[in-house]
Formats: sequence, structure tokens, C-alpha cells
Amino acid sequence: MRKEWESFRGGIWEKEINVRDFIQKNYTPYEGDDSFLVGPTEDTKALWAQVMDLSEQERAKGGVLDMDTKIISTITSHGPGYLDKAKEKIVGFQTDKPFKRSLQPYGGIRMAMKACEENGYHVDPAIVEFFTKHRKTHNDGVFDAYTPEMRACRSSHIITGLPDAYGRGRIIGDYRRVALYGVDRLIEDKQHQKDSTRTIMYSDVTREREELSEQIKALKELKELGQIYGFDISRPAENVQEAIQWLYFGYLAAIKEQNGAAMSLGRTSTFIDIYAERDLKNGTFTEEQIQEFVDHFIMKLRLVKFARTPEYNALFSGDPTWVTESIGGMGIDGRPMVTKMSYRYLHTLQNLGTAPEPNLTVLWSTRLPENFKRFCAKTSIESSSIQYENDDLMRVTHGDDYAIACCVSSMRVGKEMQFFGARANLAKCLLYAINGGVDEISKKQVGPKYRPITSEYLDYDEVMDKFKDMMKWLAQVYVNALNIIHYMHDKYCYERIQMALHDKKVTRWFATGIAGLSVVADSLSAIKYAKVKTVRDENGIVVDYQVEGDFPKYGNDDDRADEIAYDIVHQFMAYVKGNHTYRGGIPTTSILTITSNVVYGKNTGSTPDGRKGGEPFAPGANPMHHRDSHGAVASLSSVSKLPFKDAQDGISNTFSIIPGALGKDDAILFDDIAFELEPDCACCEPNASLDSEE
Amino acid sequence: MMKCNPEEQKGYIHSTESFGTVDGPGIRFVIFFQGCPLRCKYCHNPDTWQPNQGNKMTVGELLELYQHNERFYQKGGITATGGEPLMQLAFLTALFTEAKKRGIHTCLDTSGIVYTKSKREEFEKLFAVTDLVLLDVKHSDPKGHKELTGQDQEPVLAFAKALEEARVPMIVRHVIVPGITDGKEELAALGHLIGKFRNLKGLEVLPYHTMGEKKYEQLGIPYPLRGVEAMDKKEAGKARELLLKIIMEERKNMMNKK
Repeated sequence: MRKEWESFRGGIWEKEINVRDFIQKNYTPYEGDDSFLVGPTEDTKALWAQVMDLSEQERAKGGVLDMDTKIISTITSHGPGYLDKAKEKIVGFQTDKPFKRSLQPYGGIRMAMKACEENGYHVDPAIVEFFTKHRKTHNDGVFDAYTPEMRACRSSHIITGLPDAYGRGRIIGDYRRVALYGVDRLIEDKQHQKDSTRTIMYSDVTREREELSEQIKALKELKELGQIYGFDISRPAENVQEAIQWLYFGYLAAIKEQNGAAMSLGRTSTFIDIYAERDLKNGTFTEEQIQEFVDHFIMKLRLVKFARTPEYNALFSGDPTWVTESIGGMGIDGRPMVTKMSYRYLHTLQNLGTAPEPNLTVLWSTRLPENFKRFCAKTSIESSSIQYENDDLMRVTHGDDYAIACCVSSMRVGKEMQFFGARANLAKCLLYAINGGVDEISKKQVGPKYRPITSEYLDYDEVMDKFKDMMKWLAQVYVNALNIIHYMHDKYCYERIQMALHDKKVTRWFATGIAGLSVVADSLSAIKYAKVKTVRDENGIVVDYQVEGDFPKYGNDDDRADEIAYDIVHQFMAYVKGNHTYRGGIPTTSILTITSNVVYGKNTGSTPDGRKGGEPFAPGANPMHHRDSHGAVASLSSVSKLPFKDAQDGISNTFSIIPGALGKDDAILFDDIAFELEPDCACCEPNASLDSEE
Repeated sequence: MMKCNPEEQKGYIHSTESFGTVDGPGIRFVIFFQGCPLRCKYCHNPDTWQPNQGNKMTVGELLELYQHNERFYQKGGITATGGEPLMQLAFLTALFTEAKKRGIHTCLDTSGIVYTKSKREEFEKLFAVTDLVLLDVKHSDPKGHKELTGQDQEPVLAFAKALEEARVPMIVRHVIVPGITDGKEELAALGHLIGKFRNLKGLEVLPYHTMGEKKYEQLGIPYPLRGVEAMDKKEAGKARELLLKIIMEERKNMMNKK
């Protein structure tokens, strides 16, 4: 056994690249409480103060502090960057200084230029010339291949947010491999993969060989990145500080190379904990030091920044990076995957204060240790910054070493990746069905010229029939646009380092998405259970609707409406599956317009549910605002009826609640008076487990 | 009055709330009964006053709604509130009886105002299937009670006494309204009044809020507390401290007598 691995329990992981096996053989589940946690060190406080100061400067400058306009970002493009070298226990920035955004033109030079210009910077003309005359970008490739129909769908917003001018993201490298094996071993493994490809050069074999070569080059550059900061990461990490640093270099290489829509981290805490446990046992580091490493690591993840345009930020509501880290969950052997490191990661929300990034995501199971549940609840209350996802649901498909990319996309780390596919606007699709493919806003013929509905009142069966035809058409245009996008992204903006941290055989999820689900469900319900009258313009295009009478609304645990939502998801997915997908991608869909519902709504005319043109959709799978009138459980129950098997890429429900509605604000309770008077009188037995928390 | 099949019993229900977190322990399915004899000045549900209207729902229907989402309520149960649930005593008893058969924790939020000794037997049937009562004690002083609610205080205390005898645990709720129930004397009197009950298990001090005012407007009823500001939460906290101290004193006295 290598000396870096001493005292680890051996296994298959020594013979092959297999991080999960290493974790399962070596991790220590933790079922205790949060009392072992420690606060921030002086260095941490000083560094964070520096970050806060820089953030303030960035805000004052209008959102961007500094941009690189001359150096094309690669893994090794920049010298080392620091906040304060003497204080930082985990190092590395995307450029040579913090808050300086890198230049990443491979996704599209126009996007890169625009991002600079909107912020008062200008890309070096030599670079612009190079990327317009000599080197094609992903964006150019896509638009060379798009059909006029795809372009029309794009500009009418029936398909929105396509990653055709920016990095698709949603790929998680298994950054843990860098720490466990060191880069040399990973290169060796990739070399072996390259040596063992098939030998008849079909185009896919040729592509595979080229990609493996790119991956090997990227790994060599990764080693160089280590050297730039003074580390030899060719060998495995020896302790927890190195393990975090090595892992972070892997991630840093990825964000230096890719400005993806979501650049998620994976599932690293339990892996890192194995090193922490060993170091604590050996006396290498104290709890204070380990928490400091974690704090500094998370601090780096909070400072991930990309150059983006205002439109991009409008679509995603802010400047998100989706550095999602998945925490907890249950192992398939029944042991919780919760370790002390799960606590330490979440504890950064206390030590550094609350922040939306990294997107700390707890993989929730009803069987998680009670102490951990309490800690999560407490941290949620204090920080409002934890995302929760259903491990019990996802573990069935993805096992116990999957992670979340972006907000809900689950994939086995290093074994599965995703082709991100934005969203189709089904609410608009319904309007196209009614208007025979004519866009209700531009009045252009965008969809196929199917026969429009001409009656004054809408008939459910007729609308359904036409809606299905229109969905089938939409699915076909949509999937094929994505086929082009992913072909070109692989060709011109390949994720070398991220794919280098994957197995040779990778499962590719072909992600699609649905926007406007609750609008469609309520619209169809209104047509079915109430009377919906059309309002037409002078050319007979339906531009508004009048709903007469009440109808069941999605979000009230009413099967009549909820079944419509179920059927739409199932039906749309069936149409998606009917299409060829690039590179054998397995179709999935998501219902998660978590941030772009406002933009989608803005570009969609009035709908038969009574929603007026331009009004926002509900986010994700949420019921429409104010239409769920039976309380949160009924609302959640409606959402939970959606078929996960058809929407495996995730279903999101944005849930906000005022603290008072959780029972502890207005009601000032005490239940500690003189129980001794009536010891035999049991009360409040089913008390909520969290009641005693505060 | 009991029909053959208690599940078929019907009651007038104003509405249901699937995510109740302030009316009893845990997450609860809250049933708002229609009809209330009180006219509390601070009532924030004036739409539940009129009896014999609203949705007619059966015991079976209500429990089905509950059981549909049972997993959410593992540490909670059902709460009957209103309105005044005791106005539909037979229906309420049928509901709770059936709920207990199905292993559901039952909680009753009531003012106790309709209690009469003449119906003692019927009430005892209800007590047998009630796990917890949230008793709204509106005012410590009989005169103040009448002034605030329009009804006498006496039945409330008789109800509390009956609960004590039946050993039904009770949490007292008290709304603190500026200028009406926030006086030191009123609070002290209340402490002495409720501290005596051996089944008292908790106390909720609820600061008066003005969120009900809109409903009055919609219903075209003049708002009785117009101009009264919402109770400061910190002040409500202080009131709670004071109440707590007096209840403790009361309890010590009882222990000593024992």
C-alpha cells in the first residue's frame, strides 16, 4: 500500500479508480450532535473581512470588480492568486487575483465580448480576431447547423435558455480522484483507456481517442496548476489539508476551463472526512485546524465568478454559479452517509455567515440520524441557505455516490454526466395548439400550420387533441436543437478536465425541461371544469381568455387538477423519448424553472387559466401563486403526485414560509411547568421533534 | 342523536388547513368548524361566526383528507377549531371517536363557552377521545369577559374543571390586547385562576395582531378594535414571564397544601 494510504482499509479502490469503494470501506458515520464544532480562527475572520470588503467594492462598481480581457483562461493560464498568502490554508483563484473574472471565449466569442462590454471592458482585438477568423466557437457551430424552425422557436421563446451561446455546465468531475490517487495515477489510467480503444476507426472511436488525448493533456495541465501554487499533486494527498487542496485544484481547473451554467462540486464531505478522522486520530491536526481548512475551502467556492451578460443574469435571476455540494444521504447498506465533515461544511454558514453559494444540499432521508436532522433544521432557520433533496427517491436510481448538479440534476459522480437542455415552454405550446402554430405575441407562424380552434368556447377534448399534436412537434424540434448543441459543444468547447475525472464508459443523461406546468394544468382544468371563452384579435388570433365559473386548481391535493399535471409530464416525456438523441443520451426531463419563471412568463401571452399575458409562471413544479388555498401540505401533496420516473432530472418546488407559520413566532409557549403535579397525565406525546430546539 | 354509522355524521365545516403548525403539537390537519356564540372583539375569523352554513362534510370525508397526507402528520394529528367546535358536540365527538379508532392524536381548540353541566355525560364521551385541549381563556375577570366576548365567563371555568376531573391535558391560550388584557392586575388574576388547574400543561401567550381587520371589511362588519395597535412581541414576552411566575406560586401553594 502506498504510504499516503497507510492505515486506510484496502479494497478494490487500490486496484482501480473507485472512490465509492474507498469511501464505503473507510468512512465513519457520525450520529452525535453539533457540540464538537468550533468557530472561525482569527485568520479566517481576517480573510472573510477582506472578502466582504472586496464584495462591497464589487457592488459599488456595479457588480464586476475586474475582468481579464487579454488572457484566454486555461488550466495554466494564470500565475498564482491570493487574498493573503500567509493566512490562506487552501489556495487558488480562477485568475491571478480574487474577484477578477476570466475570459472564456470557447462557448462563444460574442457572449464573451458582450459580457466585457456591458461591464465597461473590451476584449483584446487580437483575441476577437482570432476567434472570429481562425478558431470557431461552440456558438458559431450551433448556428451553422440550426434550422430556420429552431431559430424561430428560439426567438419566440417557446424554447428558452438553450446552452447554444454559453457553456452547458451540469457536468461534475469526480474531483475526489485527484486527492485519492494523485494525478499521475489518473493519467496512467487514461493512457490505458486510450491504449485499449477499439481499433477500427469508426467516427466514434476516433472521437473517443481524441477526447482521451485531450483528457490526458488536461490532467498534465492540472499537475502544472498544482506547481503554480507550489504543490506536487502528482501523488495522492497525505492529509486532510492536502486532500481538500488537491480536490479543489481539480475543481479549480474545471472552472478555469469552463464557464458552465452550473459548475457543481459533487459529494465531497464524507470523502474528506476519512482524512480528517485519520489526522485527528494521529494528532496531525486539531478540530480547529480542520474547520479552518473547510472554512477556507468554502470561502474559495463562494468566490467562484464568471463573466456573464445582463440577459444571462436575468434568465437565471442573479449571478449564480451553482457550486452545488451534496451532503448526507443514506448508504445502500443502511448506514447514514453523515459524517462530522457533513456538519463542518454546514457549519461554514455559521462561521462565515450565510451565503447562497456553494449551494449546500442535504440529501434528505427519513432515516438520517435524528441529531443531524436537528442540526440541519437549526442551520436552516439561522441561515435560510440549505437546499434539501429526497435521497430516498434518488438513491433507488443512482445508488449512494451520486451528487446534484445545478439545483436538482442527480448523477453518479464520475460515472454519469448530463447534457443540459434548458426548457420547453408548455404554456406557450398550449397557446400554439389553440392558434394553429401562430405565436400569440409576434403573430408569426412559428409552429406547424395545424388547424386552429375556431369556436368561441374551448372544448376540452378538442384542445387536448391539438395540444398533444403540438407537444409532439415541440418535442421534436427541441430534442433536435439539443442534438446540435451537444454535438457542437463536444466539438468546440469540450470539458477536458471534467471528463478526465470520469470513467471511460459514461452514462449520458439527455436532459430536457418543462416550463409552465402549473399554468397548463390549471388552463386545461379550467377548460374541462369551467367555461373558457376566447377573445380574438382582428385576425382571429386568440389573445385572451375569459374564465366563467370555478375550477379545480393544481396545488390543492385535488386529483382532478393534479392528474392533468401528471398526464402532461408523462405525455411530453413520451414524445421526447420518440426522438433520436445525441451520443446515446438517455432522455430525462426536469420541472425546475426555479429562477427563470419570470422571464418565461414575460414572453407568454394570456392563458386559459386566467393568467394575463406577461405575468410570471410559478417556479418549477410549484402551483400558481395564490391558487393553492388548502395549506402547504395539500400543495406539496399535489407536487408529489408528479411522476418522478418521467422527470428524473428533477422536480423542484420552491417553498418559502414566514417563521411565524412554523409555529414559534407569535405563539410564545412554555411547556415546562410543574409536570410533577400530574406525573401520570401524558400530554403532547406526539410533540414535534424540533420543539425543544429553541 | 348518534346515527348507526358515525362516519356518516355530518357537520358544518368552514374550511380545512393541511399544514397547521400553531394549533397543537407537530404538523396538524386543522378543521375549522362553522359557528361561534362568542363575538370576541379581536376575533380574526369572523367568517366562522354564523352557525348552520358552510360546507357539510362527513367524519369519513374529513379523516380521508387527513389520511391522504398522513405521513406529514406523524408527529402531529388533527385539531378541531373554528368557530366553536363544541357547538357541534355530537359531530365533534363522532369525529374524535373515529380518529382515536384510527390512532390519530386529537386536539380541541375551544373557548369552552357552550359547556353546561346538564350535558355532562355527552361531554364526557368527548373527553374520553380528546388527547389535548387548547383552552382560550379570554379574560380573567367576569365583567371583562362579558365586555370582551359578549358572554359570561362561568361556563369556561366549569369546562376547565370538568377537563381537570377527566384528566384531559390542557394548554391555556391567552391573547394579549393592548389596553384590554395587558394590565398587570388582569394578568395576575389570570395566573391565579388557571394556575390551580392540575391538568394545565402549558401556556400560550398570543400577542394581538390586526390581520383580521381585512376580513371585517370584506364582511361589512365594523371592526371593534379599530385603532388598537398590534401587541408588541416583547411586551407579550414580559406578560408571559409574569403569568409564569404567578402560576408557579399557585402551584407551590397547592403542593404545600398537599
